[in-house]
Amino acid sequence: MTQAPTATRPSAAPATGRRRRLGDREGPLAWLFLLPAVVYVVALVGVPFVLAIGFAFSDVSAGDPSYDWAGLDAYRRAFDDPVFWQALRNTLVFTGVSMVLIVLFGKVLANILIADFRGKWLVRFLVLLPWTTPVALSTVSWLWLLDSIFSPIDWILRQVGLLEGNMYWLGRPTLATASVIAVHVWRLVPLAAVIMMAGLIAIPRDIDEAARVDGAGFWRRMFEVTIPLTMPLIAVAALFGAIFTFTDMAVVYVLTRGGPTNSTQVLASWAFVRGIEGGDVAQGAAIALFLFPLLLAAAVLILRAVRRMQVM
Amino acid sequence: MTRIVEVRGLRKTFDGRHQQVEALRGIDLATAEGEYLVLLGPSGCGKTTLLRTIAGLEQPTQGEVLIGGNVVNELPPRIRQVAMVFQSYALYPHKTVRANIVFPLKAQRMDRDAREKKARWAADLLGISHLLHRKPRELSGGERQRVALARAMVREPAVFLLDEPLSNLDAKLRASARDELKRFQQRIGTTTIYVTHDQAEAMGLGDRIAVMDAGRVRQLGHPREVYDDPADTFVATFIGSPPMNLVRRDGVLVGFRPEHLLPAEVVRERAVEIPFVVDRIEYLSGDRHVYGTVTTLGEATRVIARLPSTVATPLTAGETADFTVATDRLRFFAPETGDRTDAVPLAWSRS
Repeated sequence: MTQAPTATRPSAAPATGRRRRLGDREGPLAWLFLLPAVVYVVALVGVPFVLAIGFAFSDVSAGDPSYDWAGLDAYRRAFDDPVFWQALRNTLVFTGVSMVLIVLFGKVLANILIADFRGKWLVRFLVLLPWTTPVALSTVSWLWLLDSIFSPIDWILRQVGLLEGNMYWLGRPTLATASVIAVHVWRLVPLAAVIMMAGLIAIPRDIDEAARVDGAGFWRRMFEVTIPLTMPLIAVAALFGAIFTFTDMAVVYVLTRGGPTNSTQVLASWAFVRGIEGGDVAQGAAIALFLFPLLLAAAVLILRAVRRMQVM
Repeated sequence: MTRIVEVRGLRKTFDGRHQQVEALRGIDLATAEGEYLVLLGPSGCGKTTLLRTIAGLEQPTQGEVLIGGNVVNELPPRIRQVAMVFQSYALYPHKTVRANIVFPLKAQRMDRDAREKKARWAADLLGISHLLHRKPRELSGGERQRVALARAMVREPAVFLLDEPLSNLDAKLRASARDELKRFQQRIGTTTIYVTHDQAEAMGLGDRIAVMDAGRVRQLGHPREVYDDPADTFVATFIGSPPMNLVRRDGVLVGFRPEHLLPAEVVRERAVEIPFVVDRIEYLSGDRHVYGTVTTLGEATRVIARLPSTVATPLTAGETADFTVATDRLRFFAPETGDRTDAVPLAWSRS
């Protein structure tokens, strides 16, 4: 069987003779579109991260910015300070407790938000507000709410007769800890709720109805059907909650400045106190790097959860 | 007759965004014990809504649902003693086949040993014992269907509700699954309500068929009754493939099935002569489907004749052939309402 050679040869230019334009070339186009993101990540995440590692093994300070290798000196200084250990412990406690509460309340809220009722759009909007407000601003309003003398919360408690005098929310170590956790939970529950709501919406209606017909009541459906099916998204919500609590310094810094007597100091705020306010850049970097291993673990877990979602 | 499931004056209205949709417009229906009742109708006719209302997944706007003689309107699905197989099967994707099957029993708080025994019994009956440790996503469509059936039967419900359980299977599997479904029901003898839009499934499975359209039951009867004696033109044209031919004549619609429009030479009963202008012939699984026009019976109308392979009369497109329909095969309908009317004597009759 013979064919005209021109018919079998793949031609670079189509028969119309028009040239390929940039819009047709996916390779260069891909790089072009990726470039802004790459620049952003390298400049604002990559470079500071490498700098932090570099500073952590140096003697750089505000007074002497010249770089000299100092090995583990900065770490030694950090470890010798009991406040570092207190901050590490606080960070873990705040993160752990907040994460549990965020998932719990987020789940309850997600169940409410998914229900069909009049004005649900207004409720959804209001619920999302804490998350959309800048942390520093919303924390300032909490600072007023928890004021040692003029706290409206105290006022209400006094009016209903549960309290005489003042609570001094931010003045007592236990109450200050509880306040910081409460603010974290308040601002992160909406995010968790919306993530978990996405999971709930994705469950086929048939499956819930099958469980109803099969005789399962509310709690059995919740624990045997809904929660297992939305587990990947619950995990994502939990990890987001953990990451945002773990790395945040704004709440602590605005609310308590780490006080009273460092009882609410966390790694992020302590790194700031030491490195920026105290001028010991090397120690600040060393403390901040303690955030890294835990964040790495969280990132791995999130990516795994996402992959599991794709499999299901 | 024990009425396992009965609905009385059932109405269901959905509030849409802009308008109300009447899904059920007054349905009265009762099943006999052990009966296979098929709800047949085009999509949107309300058959699934009726099934879901019986299951308790929808609340009726008006009317009553009775199961085992008790009004169950206010009862949630779990107390109704019904088992449902969904179109999608709705297996729990995170549970193994075994866990799927025992789930209803766990909900009944049956103890572990009894549960295990029940699951094994159901799995053996449906031939899925070797799949118990698998997850639904590792099963084929037919296997999933059997798991869904096993999950439905372990509760020993008063009634099975099946919502188009065969529609997700490919054509070949569907035929064997249909046969299996029928034998399965005959063996366990549980009353079954089966929803489908496929007339072949309905005719093959149903002890009785309820043909539904626009929220009403148009006809309820044995498959043969529904086919041979349709109550109105909707049933006449919805059932049968090709559907019943309808010819308008002097204020009446004359209906006859394609397989009854036959060459004069093969009809021996009293029959009406109908000259038939042959237009086109199709060969379908041995039969000849002949498309053409009849002019003398009433208004000129395009009709279809289905000749079995045993009828060898030569036919040519473009020519007029002598066809007849046996008089007792003719059906008459009122043109305005579409309802059946009394027989009208026709001319050209021969004896």
